[in-house]
Amino acid sequence: MAYSVPHVDGEPDPEFGRSESRGWPMWEVFVRQRRGMSHVHAGSLHAPDAETALQHARDVYTRRVEGVSVWVVPSSAIVASDPDEADAFFEAIEKPYRAATYYEIPDEVGQM
Amino acid sequence: MTTISERTSPAERFQAIIDADEKVEPSDWMPEGYRKTLIRQIAQHAHSEVIGMQPEGNWITRAPTLERKAILIAKVQDEAGHGLYLYSAAETLGVTRDELVELLHTGRQKYSSIFNYPTLTWADIGAIGWLVDGAAITNQVMLTRTSYGPYARAMVRICKEESFHQRQGYEIMLRLCNGTPEQKAMAQDAVNRWWWPALMMFGPHDSESTHTSQSMEWKIKRISNDDLRQHFVDMTVPQAEYLGLTLPDPELRWNPERGHYDFGEIDWDEFWRVVNGHGPMNRDRLEHKIRAWEDGEWVRDAAAAYAEKQQARRAASRTGG
Ligand SMILES: [Fe+2]
Ligand SMILES: [Fe+2]
Repeated sequence: MAYSVPHVDGEPDPEFGRSESRGWPMWEVFVRQRRGMSHVHAGSLHAPDAETALQHARDVYTRRVEGVSVWVVPSSAIVASDPDEADAFFEAIEKPYRAATYYEIPDEVGQM
Repeated sequence: MTTISERTSPAERFQAIIDADEKVEPSDWMPEGYRKTLIRQIAQHAHSEVIGMQPEGNWITRAPTLERKAILIAKVQDEAGHGLYLYSAAETLGVTRDELVELLHTGRQKYSSIFNYPTLTWADIGAIGWLVDGAAITNQVMLTRTSYGPYARAMVRICKEESFHQRQGYEIMLRLCNGTPEQKAMAQDAVNRWWWPALMMFGPHDSESTHTSQSMEWKIKRISNDDLRQHFVDMTVPQAEYLGLTLPDPELRWNPERGHYDFGEIDWDEFWRVVNGHGPMNRDRLEHKIRAWEDGEWVRDAAAAYAEKQQARRAASRTGG
């Protein structure tokens, strides 16, 4: 298929993830598409410092004026919830009374 | 019906995500084979975007007008961007950028063979945009539905940009075909040389590609090599007719029963020769890539030194008061 290479006989299967990165740290890029909208995660990139990260973010993620504002955040600063604990963490599913559709309002009352 | 999160074992949860046509995300458990297949495929895709800058970069200084030069620079810059999106996607699978670059430079990971052919005339730039980016789009549109989230998202971004690539290429061909007889002959010559390599981009026949079925089961790949190739041929033949160019295949003809174009057999010996490193430009491409990396070392060092100095200065001003 395009842009991928068929397996060749005897092709080695490299072991990944053993080496520590010697390169520039990684940054997460957030772009505000238009005024009035939130910054949305666009992707990530490598850069030596914040200033360069901003310039790289402009070049990599907004070559066609996809945004009016860009944030860059060191990837190491992101704190994420644990996907294995998602059930306990997002317990709202057990609280249907938080949803508007839980309540029955007679049709005669009209739109509410 | 149980939801995905109610499945007990990680393997069951993974399968439920695949079955439900949802996306697997970096923090999810995934089979080791799935992870390795993806790293290999995304890395090779990234390498292809990066090496793919060379055949076209070859014509930047010789573009016929300033406008064509600006367009070509923008297109080549896009390909660099595509490489960066894809390396980032690969890195979410627990591999470092350094490792991937090293695997490319040492020849242990390859890139698409299409970039091992030379660009001999300006018409090649038209033919590449039209046929090579056209074939890439066929494949990449399918990959926007791939099961791995970061890869699918990179593909959405890339597909938005590819349409410019194909249209600027077709427009170059159109201009040449409406030009002098010499210009039209140049366009025909380029198509003669790029048609078969473009068809080879879709890879071996389904019956020959042993890894395809597993990739289809994991929904990494959604359409088979032969089906994608047929789709590309059906789309491209009328475009060639409009240009008044002949595709170099005497067996190419419409088959009303199948509702598709029939076409001749690819030269698989040539295919495997180029994959195995014996194409016209394999050595040049890799040497050029390694040279560019080595020539850029002082820039990387300077940027790192500057970042360090800035950091030290900020730390000093914070404590110094
Ligand atoms: Fe591309
Ligand atoms: Fe492209």
